Amino acid sequence: MAIFINKDTKVIVQGMTGSEGTKHTGRMLKYGTNIVGGVTPGKGGQSVEIEGKTLPVFNSVAEAIAATGANASVVFVPPKFAKGAVMDAIDAALPLVVVITEGIPVHDTAVFYAHAVAKGRTRIVGPNCPGLISPGLSNIGIIPGDITGPGRIGLVSKSGTLTYQMMYELRDFGFSTAVGIGGDPIIGTTHIDCLKAFQDDPDTDAIVMIGEIGGDAEERAAAFIASYVTKPVVGYVAGFTAPEGKTMGHAGAIVSGSSGTAEAKKVALEAAGVKVGKTPSETAALMRAILNG
Amino acid sequence: MDLFEYQARDLFEAHNIPVLAGAVATTADDAERAAATMGGKVVVKAQVKVGGRGKAGGVKLAVDAADARVKAEAILGMDIKGHTVHKVMIAQAAPIAEEYYMAILLDRANRNFLVMASVAGGMEIEEVAHTQPEKLARVGIDPNVGISHEKALEIVKAGQFPEGVQSEVADVLLKLWAAFVAEDATLMEINPLVKTEDGRIIALDGKVTLDDNAEFRHPSHEALVDHASANPLEAAAKEKNLNYVKLDGEVGIIGNGAGLVMSTLDVVAYAGEKYGVKPANFLDIGGGASAEVMANGLSIILGDPDVRSVFVNVFGGITACDAVANGIVQALEILGDKATKPIVVRLDGNNVLEGRRILNEAAHPLVQQLDTMDGAAAKAAELAAK
Repeated sequence: MAIFINKDTKVIVQGMTGSEGTKHTGRMLKYGTNIVGGVTPGKGGQSVEIEGKTLPVFNSVAEAIAATGANASVVFVPPKFAKGAVMDAIDAALPLVVVITEGIPVHDTAVFYAHAVAKGRTRIVGPNCPGLISPGLSNIGIIPGDITGPGRIGLVSKSGTLTYQMMYELRDFGFSTAVGIGGDPIIGTTHIDCLKAFQDDPDTDAIVMIGEIGGDAEERAAAFIASYVTKPVVGYVAGFTAPEGKTMGHAGAIVSGSSGTAEAKKVALEAAGVKVGKTPSETAALMRAILNG
Repeated sequence: MDLFEYQARDLFEAHNIPVLAGAVATTADDAERAAATMGGKVVVKAQVKVGGRGKAGGVKLAVDAADARVKAEAILGMDIKGHTVHKVMIAQAAPIAEEYYMAILLDRANRNFLVMASVAGGMEIEEVAHTQPEKLARVGIDPNVGISHEKALEIVKAGQFPEGVQSEVADVLLKLWAAFVAEDATLMEINPLVKTEDGRIIALDGKVTLDDNAEFRHPSHEALVDHASANPLEAAAKEKNLNYVKLDGEVGIIGNGAGLVMSTLDVVAYAGEKYGVKPANFLDIGGGASAEVMANGLSIILGDPDVRSVFVNVFGGITACDAVANGIVQALEILGDKATKPIVVRLDGNNVLEGRRILNEAAHPLVQQLDTMDGAAAKAAELAAK
């Protein structure tokens, strides 16, 4: 069954006519994702041909929904225009908006996240994320489709490439859904949202959770696991050896004082019964041991 | 980007937040001149982006301009927690009656903004939160609603400000919010916010962090960048749009994606324990990196005299392994005899076979490939051992 997306998910691409949008629309179509059109304000009425499929372009998300019945979008719009694109999707009450764009000002994200909460109709994944994949069913974003196939592990991660690495390490088991939630300070879907969905998903047996230094999302996830999750969870936290006060790539990844360290996150997760690996390969080995009983 | 105190002061002034006269000086001469212009007593304050400068002797009262010169001479060049003092701020001295606290910051946990205000200021706010939590108002702000005049007054009352200053402090809060939004800040802190003996409310010291992602709508923020104390390698990397952080070890690291690079630092640090070596840097070439980006990254790492071996760790998602391999080959061609350090490469993912083939064919004597992240990290650490 997977979480958030499946074979019935009808996807529109916001920013489809840009170079990134076109490239990744092609990749998603090749995978079998049900892409039904694109949105580029000012280019409504045109159509583009990608991977042998003719896709209509609309001026707004509302128009796209009316014409195609889309229930999800993926956003490849540049940072400057990303807020407008996401607000458009929220105003059209689109159920799922996956924001791939990197470099969106956090004030913009705060505004569209608050708007989505106020409207209560839209789940946002990202921004600054690789998207999500339910192998064999749908792939929304930029996660390579050929790493592994369907299986019964759920994966949630702040980092794109660590998502790929972990899928690769456990490729012989496969995944129900892998969600890259993004590394920005404000994100629409958290570890906790995914943990809850995986716990409630009958097709997921075990969960890998990947975090990184900065903030306290992993600590809060640990508290949630203790109170709600009964499926086995294996964790990994990147940045054990990161120095204090330096931002490590992701805007959110910074250790300040004693807070946000990988060690503190590991301790919190272990207290909630999560087995935590110190490297990706060790983490995969922990999951392997669980699944092999 | 974190600002210096004097930059925060200027930004506050530009948004009509009450501040005292202040000027920045890089020499004792300039400090004396600035003090003479202000007249009377001044405070000479070290400009470093680290706390605890008062205790370290970086803040001194000067009775007149000549004294300001003496104090500036003592402070300039000081080392405060590893930060060299290149600048001092000359600030008008004010007779302080009371010290308060006010800040607005990004609240990651609640995914909105947070106002903190307290009648107890002048010390670390963590201490106030710990010892007198009843005096600290913490109020979440919906960015689509903002702060109304009523809300500001409510916050100030909750922070237990005395009645006589409530209206004026609320006004400062409204201006601080306006500045916070207009400048795309993630932190604006006034500590202390003071009441002077003659009853004025003044922002005496400030901390500001601006969102680098918002640079595109703030061309003026470019002038706030501190080029003087930037590490030269970090500056060179920034010029090439590379995400690079200098660290203090010996194994140069290049990878794609912030999470994977952080993870690579960990794996190398563990592998390095045996050999007494650590990662020399963080370098994320990002998604979809071209051969040119890879070549730029490798040039910077090889230009770091501390580096004794290099580990290139790539899992190709959007990034294609053949582009990475071509980048390595190109960089080595450009560098020629200047490249003298061994390079361990681990490629996986998008177009991996072609990437490995390119490196095998080039057969550069400095380059060796390993199949796993753990194995490659161990090899790179071993090669960096003295």
